[in-house]
Amino acid sequence: MQLTNRSKVVVKKEMTLAERLYIPAIFSGMIITFKHLFRKKVTIQYPEQTREVSKIWRGQHVLKRDEIGAERCTACGLCAVACPAEAITMIAAERKPGEEHLYREEKYAATYEINMLRCIFCGDCEEACPKEAIFLTDRKVESLYTRAELVYGKDILVEAIEKDKRVDVTVRETPEVAEFKAHKEFGHNTVFENKKN
Amino acid sequence: MTLSFLIYKIILVVVVFAVTLVVAMYSTYAERKVAAFLQDRIGPNRAGPFGILQPLADGIKMFMKEEVIPGASNKALFIIGPSLVLLTACMTGVVIPWGSPLIIDGTVYPLQITDVNIGILYLFGVISLGVYGIMIGGWASNNKYSLLGAIRASSQMISYEVAMGLSIIALVMTTGTLSLSQIAEQQHGWHWNVLVQPLGFFIFIICAFAETNRAPFDLPECETELVGGYHTEYSSMKLGFFLFAEYINMFISSAVIATFYFGGYNMPFIERFVQDPNWLAILGVVFLFMKIVFFIFVFMWVRWTLPRFRYDQLMNLGWKILIPLSLLNIVITGAVMMREEIFQLLFK
Repeated sequence: MQLTNRSKVVVKKEMTLAERLYIPAIFSGMIITFKHLFRKKVTIQYPEQTREVSKIWRGQHVLKRDEIGAERCTACGLCAVACPAEAITMIAAERKPGEEHLYREEKYAATYEINMLRCIFCGDCEEACPKEAIFLTDRKVESLYTRAELVYGKDILVEAIEKDKRVDVTVRETPEVAEFKAHKEFGHNTVFENKKN
Repeated sequence: MTLSFLIYKIILVVVVFAVTLVVAMYSTYAERKVAAFLQDRIGPNRAGPFGILQPLADGIKMFMKEEVIPGASNKALFIIGPSLVLLTACMTGVVIPWGSPLIIDGTVYPLQITDVNIGILYLFGVISLGVYGIMIGGWASNNKYSLLGAIRASSQMISYEVAMGLSIIALVMTTGTLSLSQIAEQQHGWHWNVLVQPLGFFIFIICAFAETNRAPFDLPECETELVGGYHTEYSSMKLGFFLFAEYINMFISSAVIATFYFGGYNMPFIERFVQDPNWLAILGVVFLFMKIVFFIFVFMWVRWTLPRFRYDQLMNLGWKILIPLSLLNIVITGAVMMREEIFQLLFK
């Protein structure tokens, strides 16, 4: 069966004299490599240059706050359950009176850790989250020297209270996403089918 | 032998030695750059502008590495191996004429360390000594891969030395001398030997690739089969010596190819622009180095183009193709040289 038009039928035949001399083949090969000397270089010199990424690139996570600056996360654990790499762990705690400006609901995550070495950046945590609390952003997770440093806690994951320092996730928190999340019976393909019809 | 003569020779020796090392050093950089460019990459560019300090960084790295001498090895031989390789590599530079003689105040200063009248034989003698370093190193490592690599290296070098020697015999027939300075002198202007001996040049350059253990003949250090070949057990600067010797050999081979076949320090039509012999001598050195750089580039170009030969193919090429070809070359050369006598014999 022919899969591509570049496939070649292999015939085991005696080599001709020109082929046995190798010289023509060697010269044609050397001409090919010589042409590559002047080609555009494909290297991306990383710290100075970065590769262009998709608008909805799934990078380092953020734990969102609501309008008044209270954490949205209620430590329900759905993200941890959804996580295929088992990268998320959390310890829940009860909100004390007077902490309403810090935590939106009565339960909150006292610790929330994502092991960035385990994380595969699939975005399932974001999809599972019923409170729109966790999002993946277009920030890259930096390279560090120890494993311990790469277990990100709330100090890194939770965004700043100040409005101007909040992390923008509008590209990922779209009405379509909200619609999708509202219908638990949807799979990815059913949404796609609905749009088409 | 006057004192000034001695001092001049010492200076020349030191200069040639230093230049050899610097060229070999920057060949490692050039190799990485050429490899990168042939593969659409950029190559080393972090150490200094355009990465020109990369050889220094590599050298420092080599010196700082832990030095391991395997417990089961023969320690003396293990150290002698790389030393011998580097020594023989450095020894070949003495007979190469780097330029036509300088004349200062009526005294002639030849730009050649020693003009032995059997320069070619000396060259071959020293080159074949180089294989001992590899053999001793591979044997002393007491490692099967090292031994296999050493065996391959020695058999390959011995095989290709035959064809190389035979291709040179044809050259010696046409030039009528074994002295490198005379060979270079004879190629004044356009009389480059490559025009007289194209086949000989071709055989010689193939053998030069094999003698320097470079791709496509790098079977002795074939990493896919033999880990690292004869330098598997070597570490630190002893490994560096092996690798460095390869680049020195490459430099000397390029110089020899340029001198034997491409006019050495001669450049056609240069006399029309420059008359002063001293300036000509200096320009000659520049021309020779341009040719050398070109041939070093060819060495690298071939390395990053061609895949490695299989061992039986290597031996086939050496014994069944190159040796008959070089014999044929001798016969043809002889026939052309004696064409009048042959003519008389046949048609008198």
